[in-house]
Amino acid sequence: MSDILINKVKQLLSDKAIDIFIGHGEGTGGRIRPIFVRTPEDAEQLIFNENCKQSWANYLLKPEVKAAGKIGMMATKHALRAMMQLASEFQIKDNEVLALYWDNNELKSSADFKEIEAYLASQNHDILPHEQEMIDKLNAMTTQERWDFWQKEYEKCIKCYACRSACPMCYCHHCAAEGNQPQWIPVASHQLGNMDWHLMRAMHLSGRCINCGACAKVCPMHIPLNLLTYNLITPIQQEFGAIAGMKHDATYALSTFKTEDKENFIL
Amino acid sequence: MENQEFEPKIVAFVCNWCTYAGADLTGTSRIKYGANVKIIRFPCTGRIDFMLLMKAFENGADGIIISGCHPNDCHYSTGNFHARRRWVVFRNLLNFSGIDTERIQFSWVSAAEGFKWADVVNNTIEKVRALGPYENYKKINVPTLFAKEDNNE
Amino acid sequence: MEPIIKIIKSASLATIVDKLKGRYPRLYAPVKKQELVELEVINGFNDIAQDYLLTTQSVKKLAFPRVEKILDYTLQKGNIQQQSPDTSNFPETVLFGIRPCDASGFRSLTAIFNGDKPDEFYKSRYEKLIIISFACNKADAYCFCTSVGGNPGNTEGSDIQFTPVDNDEMLVEILTEKGKAVADLFSDLLSDCDKPVDKQAYLANVPVVFDVNKVIDNTTKSFNNEMLWINQSLRCIGCGACAFVCPTCACFDIQDEQNMKQGARLRLWDSCGFSLFTLHTSGHNPRHIQSHRWRQRLMHKFSYMPEQLKVVGCEGCGRCSRACPVDMNIKEHLLQIAEL
Repeated sequence: MSDILINKVKQLLSDKAIDIFIGHGEGTGGRIRPIFVRTPEDAEQLIFNENCKQSWANYLLKPEVKAAGKIGMMATKHALRAMMQLASEFQIKDNEVLALYWDNNELKSSADFKEIEAYLASQNHDILPHEQEMIDKLNAMTTQERWDFWQKEYEKCIKCYACRSACPMCYCHHCAAEGNQPQWIPVASHQLGNMDWHLMRAMHLSGRCINCGACAKVCPMHIPLNLLTYNLITPIQQEFGAIAGMKHDATYALSTFKTEDKENFIL
Repeated sequence: MENQEFEPKIVAFVCNWCTYAGADLTGTSRIKYGANVKIIRFPCTGRIDFMLLMKAFENGADGIIISGCHPNDCHYSTGNFHARRRWVVFRNLLNFSGIDTERIQFSWVSAAEGFKWADVVNNTIEKVRALGPYENYKKINVPTLFAKEDNNE
Repeated sequence: MEPIIKIIKSASLATIVDKLKGRYPRLYAPVKKQELVELEVINGFNDIAQDYLLTTQSVKKLAFPRVEKILDYTLQKGNIQQQSPDTSNFPETVLFGIRPCDASGFRSLTAIFNGDKPDEFYKSRYEKLIIISFACNKADAYCFCTSVGGNPGNTEGSDIQFTPVDNDEMLVEILTEKGKAVADLFSDLLSDCDKPVDKQAYLANVPVVFDVNKVIDNTTKSFNNEMLWINQSLRCIGCGACAFVCPTCACFDIQDEQNMKQGARLRLWDSCGFSLFTLHTSGHNPRHIQSHRWRQRLMHKFSYMPEQLKVVGCEGCGRCSRACPVDMNIKEHLLQIAEL
């Protein structure tokens, strides 16, 4: 798989179809790291195997990467969904980013939103069984048990904001956590500050989360904070029929409404 | 026994055009309701940021009421429809992270529903009184932090 | 003082921990918590992690907590009552089983905090620490202490150091007066060392990968080498994980938190990797892109600190590389700079 990818990227770079390619590379001790390829020779470092599940879509809006020119990216299913979601939020344009992706062991390349949408529609986007199991387990708990569970998790947080940095949807230049007039989220990494931060983040990602799981994977304190946003995916899909990252022209579920929306808790 | 002395603090976030006027009507109609509620007036339920609910709990509220115009009655046409979606999601998130959604009462109260407003407030007060002070939040809120002597770690 | 060398049976460690715990209730040791190894107050020997390389976070939090209240105030009838925490009253704290790189990390922190005018909070907390380190008998691909002047059996900063040697025995080095007073608690378990022990033979093998003086020279010369910093940091996502797990990163932020009746001023960890770190009120940001922030991180540790404080701001523990979400291995980057 790696060879096909390397040859393709070499060709793209020598044809000047792209200026920079974001792909998977060998990291320390078997880890996978993102690598940025600018010349056909450097493309040799690219790899692709079953461990390359990471999405690099969070680099699409990074100024230094954008400054390099036309971007090509090795895209996992999640990276493609992130692209669609970013497009629906007017952050990238059609034909701006060339995505390479595997469709039944065939390496396809496309910058066309319609083609990517068609591919995504053929894929399964459910969250992983062990994640669903954890969500079900939490939902079966009492409110107090859930509170205790999350307080224990929030306590670990050191507020390094790796979750925010790794999230393809957290691209705001001015994050709500940095708003200080008033200070919505305490800057301190005490329990209140940590809880406020994670709830605010989850709420801002509701209806936008493409369940790539990057936030939890990068957390140096191993907080399963992806569950916070994953838990909202099913209700939003059921109640409002919206699923993030499938269409480049989708409307954000919380910026629209239907008069017949249902709820059962308003008197 | 302790709860007999406990007077719940309730914060009400209400919209200017319906519920605030409804509460006004409650007063002018001389209908009595609990004095535990502090009303904060907003232009529209659409303006009630979800963070405000958390700020209320942080600052010592034991219960929260959120109320605005009935669907289709919004002064700005659609504010309450947007708010409704937000609450569906936010309530789910709060519930999932173990915050007691029993303490948050959502309602639609029009400018003509003075009686309903008194009912909503009184029922919420009774519900929160039965639940007791919101100890979970009080353990982590700001005054507790100030009192903490050894903040090592 | 001249180190006192003793030998102890590994099986006696549990007794030592009990004795320490009896005398010093605040006994911190590495504790395994799912994927993490954290320094926590332990109740007994069984709480201590058995097989660990390093704690996930460094020990700096014991002298430089991630949230430190530096003053608070209350408002009553228009009168403001302000008070500062009593720094003379911090409890004595034992750190048991930390690694040499963590213990020597206090050298950099002390140089920063106690430089011209001692920082009352750091100084008082640090003075109350009793550091009992365990020399490393294993290392991983991220470790590079030997390249920055340390080694797996470095005794600097430790009051007592244990090194596992043969026959279920441990070498005990009592290094300071403070350590001697603590060792008196378990002196009955210590036996004299009848023949010299080659400590080095029992330590982990951490190869030297670069010459730190070359790194210092080359970082200092490379300030304007934009492409170097851009290429190294292209994958940096700008979080603060590296700085927060680092044993020597000391940047902090001051925040006030208050309500109508009371308030507190807090000192909080901060990171030069954040774009907000240098953002001016005007909106101008002198380090406007991530490569400048990455440059700052390396220059601070390998150019400014050696120049101004005469210490290298890195212990080679490799925590930043392990915590990095995108595997920016600082060892590789430093090697690249050394070879410039």
